[in-house]
Amino acid sequence: MNDLWSYLRTNGDDVFTALVQHIWLALAPVTIAFVLALPLGALVQRYGPVRHIALTAGSVIYTVPSLALLLLLPGILGTSVLDPLNVIIALTLYSLALLVRTTADGLDAVDPTVLQAASAMGYRPVRRWLTVQLPLAMPVILTGLRVATVANVSMVSVAALIGIGGLGQLFTRGFQLGFYLPPIVIGLILSVALAVVADVFIVAVQRRLTPWARAGAR
Amino acid sequence: MIEFESVTKRYPDGTVAVGDLSLKVETGQITVFVGPSGCGKTTALRMINRMIQPTAGRVLIDGADVTARPEAELRREIGYVIQGAGLFPHRTVLDNIATVPILQGVTRRDARSSALGLLERVGLPANLGERYPSQLSGGQQQRVGVARALAADPPVLLMDEPFSAVDPVVRDDLQQELLRLQGELGKTIVLVTHDIDEAIRLGDEVAVFAQGARLAQFAPPADLLAAPADDFVAALVGRDRGFRGLGFTDGNEIALRPIDHDVDGLALEVDPDGRPLGWRGTDGLLPTEGTFREGANLRTVTDLVILSPAGAAVRVDAEGRADGLVLLEDLAGSVRTQQRERLTALATAEDAG
Amino acid sequence: MSLDYLLDAANWSLSNPEGFPQRILEHLGYTTLALLIAAVIAFPIGLLIGHTGRGALLAINLGNAGRALPTLGVLMLALAAVGIGLVPVTIALIVLAIPPILATTYAGVRSVADETVDAARGVGMTEPQIAWRVEVPIALPIIIGGLRNATLQVISTATIAAYAGLGGLGRYLFDGLATLEYDQVVAGAIVIAALAVAIDLALAGTQRLLVSPGVGGRGADNRPTTVRPEPKPEPAG
Repeated sequence: MNDLWSYLRTNGDDVFTALVQHIWLALAPVTIAFVLALPLGALVQRYGPVRHIALTAGSVIYTVPSLALLLLLPGILGTSVLDPLNVIIALTLYSLALLVRTTADGLDAVDPTVLQAASAMGYRPVRRWLTVQLPLAMPVILTGLRVATVANVSMVSVAALIGIGGLGQLFTRGFQLGFYLPPIVIGLILSVALAVVADVFIVAVQRRLTPWARAGAR
Repeated sequence: MIEFESVTKRYPDGTVAVGDLSLKVETGQITVFVGPSGCGKTTALRMINRMIQPTAGRVLIDGADVTARPEAELRREIGYVIQGAGLFPHRTVLDNIATVPILQGVTRRDARSSALGLLERVGLPANLGERYPSQLSGGQQQRVGVARALAADPPVLLMDEPFSAVDPVVRDDLQQELLRLQGELGKTIVLVTHDIDEAIRLGDEVAVFAQGARLAQFAPPADLLAAPADDFVAALVGRDRGFRGLGFTDGNEIALRPIDHDVDGLALEVDPDGRPLGWRGTDGLLPTEGTFREGANLRTVTDLVILSPAGAAVRVDAEGRADGLVLLEDLAGSVRTQQRERLTALATAEDAG
Repeated sequence: MSLDYLLDAANWSLSNPEGFPQRILEHLGYTTLALLIAAVIAFPIGLLIGHTGRGALLAINLGNAGRALPTLGVLMLALAAVGIGLVPVTIALIVLAIPPILATTYAGVRSVADETVDAARGVGMTEPQIAWRVEVPIALPIIIGGLRNATLQVISTATIAAYAGLGGLGRYLFDGLATLEYDQVVAGAIVIAALAVAIDLALAGTQRLLVSPGVGGRGADNRPTTVRPEPKPEPAG
């Protein structure tokens, strides 16, 4: 415990920088993916063949190990191996693969009689999608967002192995110092804490956005 | 015989699902537990095969306490059919039916070959045997559920809302099928339903459960219709109970008139073999609107009398030859007499008991 | 991006101790060892929790915690605790594989319809018979989905094990990065990705063989999956 404090006292700035980088590298991709996934998910949900192709592609992307993807992207994109853009793009792809599917699933799961009722009352398609179907699909979509966010936060660490910042640097630091525990433990705690905070935040937003979901439960 | 001896089921939160229930289910009969949801009928049923343990009291099958035997062993000798059938989705129809025999140590091969016979017995074609439950209609699934329950030839069959998940037409089929099967097999059947019509149709005895786990009445359906024990039973039995009660009254009691009897200017016309053709009057030949045979109940006879242009129902023999007429006035007399006799008998039984 | 290293026949020689066949075997060796131990631990616990309904909170929280743990950090912690070698790497891989297996086994068993379990009990199956003959076969698509997640995670993480001085396909990545031979890095990354996809396909095939045709989702790709409350997908870490 004392070791942790003394490490923080002497390396506080580095730890803080790593944390900020970590937040940026983890959350930017999931935000981009979320924004893209809503229209893509709607498209995929509507057209059967598109769905099959998109979901298969998503599965394959998911299967590629993150370290391998991080090292292949520079060759494909022409970026430097050390460019954080690789991390952003890799994690965006992973998040997108998950969120497009959950968005489509969420939209699918909306009770068709509700949609028919909306049309019968005179909703036009776009408005019906925005004000009826999307809100009702939100609980499922946001559950997917939670999974993607937490996964991203834990995956960013891997980037440290190829020299890109984030809390993973604390792990490699510990390794280089001959398995010196303080940076490793601090990195683990901060990474898990960040995941928990992000998760709790999304849950709070979800409760705010979907009050009916709680009203019905129990 | 299945006996409930002062059986109570109280849950830890204080809810009483069944309170001090005592009743006897006769061997070889269909006994129906009927009542609104939450009245404890399902709980009572599930205490027979120990799916639920009573808090107090005993349940006996042929004099033996059900708790005397290991649960699983007991249940293999009691058929169990539930709403929606509860078939195993990962097993074919034949394997579903063969479940209990295999549990009892019969080889899979033998169990499957007797399963094929059962499939036929419940009115399903043999080619359904290799299908999976998801490939069957609701009514077919329910039949497979009955076949599975019968597979080990258990003397007792428990049925929990077996026909509630299917549409009315299919339900009607399944009910008829059950009565036919019961005619062949003579099992001791306890059936739970919330549908009073189903109870009256299927039950040899009907136990009406009221809200608060109270046994409101336990009687044959005819008695239930003729003399509901209280307002609750009367309300549950509903309107037309008098007319529906005629379904349990013997139509043979009514005095027959000869077929050449003139009814209000109409005369029955028959063909050379004696089969009824219609009612001959000044307006020509009017249809008979149906006939009945010996053994028909009063409800059928009454219906024919009402429909007939002559106000008279035509009885035919096994060959379809007209052999008698029932007139409206004779019917009225018979209905009156039989209802009076029934109420007197019930009152006497009550005094004696 | 050059594929010379990947296409060099010498690197595919069976006798080359640093060739792809040897490295793939090492990689699969670490993966199999860790997965077997993790499954032996997680599967019975998940089954027990799912069948009895007791300890559900544990299963759910463990699943969530497993997702939040950074792979690299767990490996470093294990290395710091036990020292360099196969043991700490295997421990780290087991720690990563347990949550998805446990959580999906639990979720799969819970997903079996109550009426099906009720019917099984009613026809006189004992509790172990219900678990093995009814719940597991019906939950199999979800359970195998969890196993596929765990496998992908472990294959990925086994890559990182090379960072700690072990063999496996990760060697190409770290050696290549250290010597700035990008050819070697690309070759390693492609082989790892191909291996992961191939193993996943093999497991999907196994799923098709094992799962009863009567159970929905046979051979379906369960990952990334429909977001039900528990069976969550795991990206390759």
